[in-house]
Amino acid sequence: MMHWILMPIILPAILAPFIVLAARYHIQIQRVFSMAGVVALIAIAAGLAWQASDGTVTLYQLGDWAAPFGIVVVGDRLSTLMVLLTAILAFFVLLYSIASGWDERGRHFHALFQFQLMGIMGAFLTGDLFNLFVFFEVLLIASYGLMIHAGGRERLRAGVQYVLFNLLGSTLFLFALGAIYAETGTLNMADLAQRVTLIDADSTVGIRVAAVLLLLVFAIKAALVPLHFWLPSSYAEAPAPVAALFAIMTKVGAYAIIRVYTIVFPPDLEVTAGLHNDWLLPAALVSLALGMGGVLAAKKLDRLVTFAVIGSMGMVMVAISLFTAESIAAALYYIVHSTLAAAALFLIVDLVRTSRPHLDLTLLPPVAGAALISGLFFVAAIAMAGLPPLSGFLGKLLILDASFETANPVWPWAVILTASLISIVGFARAGSTVFWKAKSVEETPAEEAEDKLEDRPEPATLSYVAVGGLLALLISYTVFSGPVHAYMSATSEQLFAPESYFSTVLETPGKLSTPKEEAH
Amino acid sequence: MEFLVASAIGLLTAAGIYLVLRLRTFPVILGMSLLTYAVNVFLFASGRLTIGAPPILVKGVETYTDPLPQALVLTAIVISFGMTAVVVMIALGAFLSSEDDAVNDAEETETPAQEDAS
Repeated sequence: MMHWILMPIILPAILAPFIVLAARYHIQIQRVFSMAGVVALIAIAAGLAWQASDGTVTLYQLGDWAAPFGIVVVGDRLSTLMVLLTAILAFFVLLYSIASGWDERGRHFHALFQFQLMGIMGAFLTGDLFNLFVFFEVLLIASYGLMIHAGGRERLRAGVQYVLFNLLGSTLFLFALGAIYAETGTLNMADLAQRVTLIDADSTVGIRVAAVLLLLVFAIKAALVPLHFWLPSSYAEAPAPVAALFAIMTKVGAYAIIRVYTIVFPPDLEVTAGLHNDWLLPAALVSLALGMGGVLAAKKLDRLVTFAVIGSMGMVMVAISLFTAESIAAALYYIVHSTLAAAALFLIVDLVRTSRPHLDLTLLPPVAGAALISGLFFVAAIAMAGLPPLSGFLGKLLILDASFETANPVWPWAVILTASLISIVGFARAGSTVFWKAKSVEETPAEEAEDKLEDRPEPATLSYVAVGGLLALLISYTVFSGPVHAYMSATSEQLFAPESYFSTVLETPGKLSTPKEEAH
Repeated sequence: MEFLVASAIGLLTAAGIYLVLRLRTFPVILGMSLLTYAVNVFLFASGRLTIGAPPILVKGVETYTDPLPQALVLTAIVISFGMTAVVVMIALGAFLSSEDDAVNDAEETETPAQEDAS
């Protein structure tokens, strides 16, 4: 039974080469295997989440080597929650990419998709900082392939920017890891958490530099201002299902920050006091303001959504940067919400793109299936902007409530409320331009001729099912927000009382475990 | 020894960052390679500098060098090698499709005259 924890990594890792080697010319077989893999992933992830829901920490020692010497995979509430979220998101994204035919527009979509899932799952499950780096690289290298899937001039240029920015981030990650190893002599998270408390308060220079470098790396992944420049063009130019899947990638950065800066460098740790807990909040507030300002300022629909993603990451980071049990619970609630909402928005943008020559926010005749698409856009925009009936509003309330405990709650309150207002105006403007006012535009003969030339297709029914499924999930997430929030609070409490995590990781016997016990 | 290694890392990093800021794909990729060399040496040095000591257990040897950074460096070298290959391919594709090796998006303000001057 204990081997199941490794399955979310192993299953895509086996499926991807199989798809490349055995099914490379048969798109239908690729689809069947990819879909079956993702459905199995959901089942496994649900099982793991259920296993972790009572607070047990599942440990898997690769090769049976004890923790500080061997590589470990750890599943606690937070990890399994993120794994489940990834699996569910992957299901809808895959459904959409099959329905819309995106997977046929270039080669190896399904193999890269599975490798991407392997990297994301590994990043969530690993208990070792160096393996976090390795899984980051796995998910990045797959994402490079997905990002330029189907090719095109603009997409390739955006792809180069994306790859170079992330390569710089990876180099920075290695520098951070080297510095941490030089200071502490370990890279296992639980072991690291024990060793940083032993560092002398007079010689904290090295560990402080390492902690800040590491935070910078995760902030690049989480697209925190001023490290967000890679996000807008790469997400806007990426194929829509890929952009929707990338909605979880920014959350990998947020996850890493939550994990490392609650367990390894908790806010009350003396040697790193006054670093992240002081200046993360201003950066988060600026990204929230800039993201939501970008929603209003965007001239194209796809850019609008990318800025909404930056804004929602800003919101998540505001909650994280307060570093209280309540605020982390609020952040987790918002992470799930914003992942689903952002993915739905990217897919809706693609529905619009199917029958519109470009995505500029200018008046054009209505798109095919406008009634249904506008309805979906309306729901997704309400969720993303955080208006009352949906989970965005509840998440925002939780974050506002959590910020009461800080020394100066005025700033979070002012920025969050103003930014929400701005984003509502931005979404309303975009929606009315694309869907509502479009009805008043007369189709000129020239445009009609263009229509016939391009032979605009209507999106497939299954595409609507995928988007509708995501939105239905958001609605049920809102309906069950009571139990969900209780679970998030329990998750966050587990992060702030990591003794069971430490004891499971460090005290489970394995090869070479005796020297460790002597050291105690 | 320490001075040599430290200044080598510093020099490689400085040259790498300078090349990355050139914003043309070829110098940028060269700069990325220099940065990965720098980080490899840095990782290697993170286990302290020891001369002439084995990393694995040998009978009758008292001093050892730390084996873990060597394993980390191997992983990092393999990954950076693969990444460089990928970025070369993507950059080549971007260059061939747009006949331009600038990394930034084309700006409306950018005129050909300025390009020639630089």
